[in-house]
Amino acid sequence: MTRELMKGNVAMAEAAIRAGLDAYFGYPITPQSELLEWMSKRMPEEGRVFLQAESEVAAINMVYGAACTGARVMTSTSGPGISLMAEGISYIAGTEVPAVIVDVVRGGPGLGNIAPSQGDYRQVAHGAGHGDFFPIVLAPSSVQEAVDLITEAFDLAEKYRTVVFIVADGSIGQMMEPVSLPEPRAIQREAPDWAVTGAEGRPRRTLTSLYLQPEEEEEVNLRLVRRWREAEANEIRYREYYLDDAEYVVMGFGTAGRVALSAVRAARAQGIRVGLFRPVSLRPFPYQAVRELAEKAKAFLVVEMNGGQMLDDVKAAAQGQVPIRFYGRMGGVVPFPDEVLDEIHALVSEPPTLDEDPRARWLDNMQRRMS
Amino acid sequence: MQTEILIAGFGGQGVLFAGQVLAYAAMDSGYEVTWFPSYGPEMRGGTANCTVIIADEEIGSPLVAHPQVLMALNAPSLDKFEPQVVPGGLIVANASLLNREVERDDVRAIILKANHIAEDLGDRRMANMVMLGALLTQLPVLTLEQVKTALKEHLPERKQYLLEANYRALDAGAAQAAELIV
Repeated sequence: MTRELMKGNVAMAEAAIRAGLDAYFGYPITPQSELLEWMSKRMPEEGRVFLQAESEVAAINMVYGAACTGARVMTSTSGPGISLMAEGISYIAGTEVPAVIVDVVRGGPGLGNIAPSQGDYRQVAHGAGHGDFFPIVLAPSSVQEAVDLITEAFDLAEKYRTVVFIVADGSIGQMMEPVSLPEPRAIQREAPDWAVTGAEGRPRRTLTSLYLQPEEEEEVNLRLVRRWREAEANEIRYREYYLDDAEYVVMGFGTAGRVALSAVRAARAQGIRVGLFRPVSLRPFPYQAVRELAEKAKAFLVVEMNGGQMLDDVKAAAQGQVPIRFYGRMGGVVPFPDEVLDEIHALVSEPPTLDEDPRARWLDNMQRRMS
Repeated sequence: MQTEILIAGFGGQGVLFAGQVLAYAAMDSGYEVTWFPSYGPEMRGGTANCTVIIADEEIGSPLVAHPQVLMALNAPSLDKFEPQVVPGGLIVANASLLNREVERDDVRAIILKANHIAEDLGDRRMANMVMLGALLTQLPVLTLEQVKTALKEHLPERKQYLLEANYRALDAGAAQAAELIV
């Protein structure tokens, strides 16, 4: 299969087009802008909709409207844009229409910076908007995986009538890697049976997120929970590396996960029996798989480009069965493999205890490093 | 096996492009490859660098603390990255924009006047290709021919007229390197 060398942002855009995207609405923000740029060139070429909105708030509401017609639709942004979109994302979830949202994460909070970060984990995996709903959240660690997940994201969004996030930190958006792109799929021509497409000749349909009667709203809420249980049963995704005989397990997603892979290989070369567990679906989170590892492993090392946001999910999954060490770089700093290798050495030589707070030790170490 | 190359210079010197040419050649030769740019709020004349990693298996980190190869197109890049090169590694530096030698004695070095050589060939902007030609003489993972083929395959139509000039610059760099390696 022929491969092309593509920037992550461009590859994600092209993959979405090939997945049969009807309409894209967005607003520029670094480190995501190449995605929107590519769409601005390619969507009109394909005779489809590209629209640069006046703001992220407008863009997400255009996504909402288009999704209600049964169109395949997406937007892309970075953290500050997700914050602005939160209301619209919740409306989309409450209306039970499918949409794909790409978050190319930058340093934060606030205006932060444009360097790669994983600081939006909690925002998208545990928040994403007000009210009771569960978005599916997928985190690629390479350009090829980003392409594959984008393609899948549209199917998942339609299957569960939900919002699907692709969370790619800035480095996935900006780096170039060889990719095999999927064959273009035809635009979906037949609207789903819930879409509002003009009621001539058929009974009217209503799409709304407004349910004034609490009992009525509760019915919707329960349907969302039931649908989510189905997603939890079917859509867990993760990658395992060198885990067969591993005594120690490193955990990381996205770029932190692949940086950890280099460190794990280096540690293996030194005879340390260590493996890597890389969650791909951050929501649903692979609690069961982590729990099983917790029963086998001597200790975990969680590596992230944030202050331990996934760490809390790992702790919840491990249920106190395994001691955990944490290493995070923040502010847009990408860790080098050498740093993670040092952490693996420390994990072995000064193992954490079951009752210690992994963040406390990490903060002490960071303070020593800075002074 | 993994080869790590850091290319650094001023914005506008073709730092990112030189890295992309290597990445294309690696991809076409069947390797896994990552090209990782510095993408800060920078502009022409500011600093620019990119890291290219070539491997025969799934690549982990797209960045390394200690690259095996440094191609430094200007003095600030050599100052900043010379200490980071792995012992036994390779430094290719642009003498046209340096006021000093390479100080490390535990690395190999090729110091060549890339801007001067490129100017003699008629285009100062080809200094990046002169440097790349020199580097390729010492890079086991890719040959000069593979890089030339990649340029031909991937240079956009509107830039194809520059192909021969790029070849001449690569060849000139390679020819000089043979005499300069220390």
